[in-house]
Amino acid sequence: MQTEVLWMIVLGCAAATFVWRFLGVIVVRRIDANGAIFQWISCVSYAMVAGLIFRMIIMPESQLAGVSLAIRIVAVLIAFAAYFLFRRRLVAGVLAGGVSLSAMVVWFG
Amino acid sequence: MVAIIFACSLANARFLPMVVSFVPALSRGRSNLFGMSLDAQLLSINSWAMCLREFPNIDTGFRHRYYISFASCILLAAVIGTLLGYYGAVLLPAAIVLGLIFVSPLFFALVLSAVPDRAQRISMVLGCATIPLAGFLWPSVDLLITGLVGGSVGFAAGKLWRPVDAD
Repeated sequence: MQTEVLWMIVLGCAAATFVWRFLGVIVVRRIDANGAIFQWISCVSYAMVAGLIFRMIIMPESQLAGVSLAIRIVAVLIAFAAYFLFRRRLVAGVLAGGVSLSAMVVWFG
Repeated sequence: MVAIIFACSLANARFLPMVVSFVPALSRGRSNLFGMSLDAQLLSINSWAMCLREFPNIDTGFRHRYYISFASCILLAAVIGTLLGYYGAVLLPAAIVLGLIFVSPLFFALVLSAVPDRAQRISMVLGCATIPLAGFLWPSVDLLITGLVGGSVGFAAGKLWRPVDAD
């Protein structure tokens, strides 16, 4: 692809992300932060982010797609177990999950 | 080219509700449009999730500083990490690379597991339930559909389903 076209895509995408964030600021200035509309939009964003994470783990488009679903689910369970075992330490959960996934990939292919 | 930018724009639409749900927690009373717009540009899913988790423990006056510092570090780490990942992934064993890729969604899942609000928790469960179908039916706008369906039903459920001993 031509360099100019690539630059235009980069700038276009930058503008695209700017516009949504700016619209978010415009909306937030017009609504009551304790009101129902705010609560609803919060719920929408939580549902969206949760869906995104669910997709990344259960239906990944990355290289993780090559790892069996069972291994991914067991690694998530190990991560949560370590997280709660170490009194909600994020590092413990993330480390346990990542290492266990790597180990299972080595052992079970 | 227009198609790529349009797809990018759809993928970024999630930042609208994310900014709306984030900014009031960040700075009550600050109403400078320019400043708020700049703050919003720095927001990522990392800083959104982590700050909303930590803000209840942080004094209101310090939240903005916490956010700017955290988000800047995340951004810097992301640039360095992307470069390292791009050039380093070929040097590492495949199993390690997979473990590292897995860390990202795992971190988000762990951070969000601490969300206390019932309506938001229901919304997250419904979001997970909705995304497979939304991805199958409308792949280009699946996250938006997921947010709208999961969030709206979750919000309604949170309003309707109140324990008898609540205020």
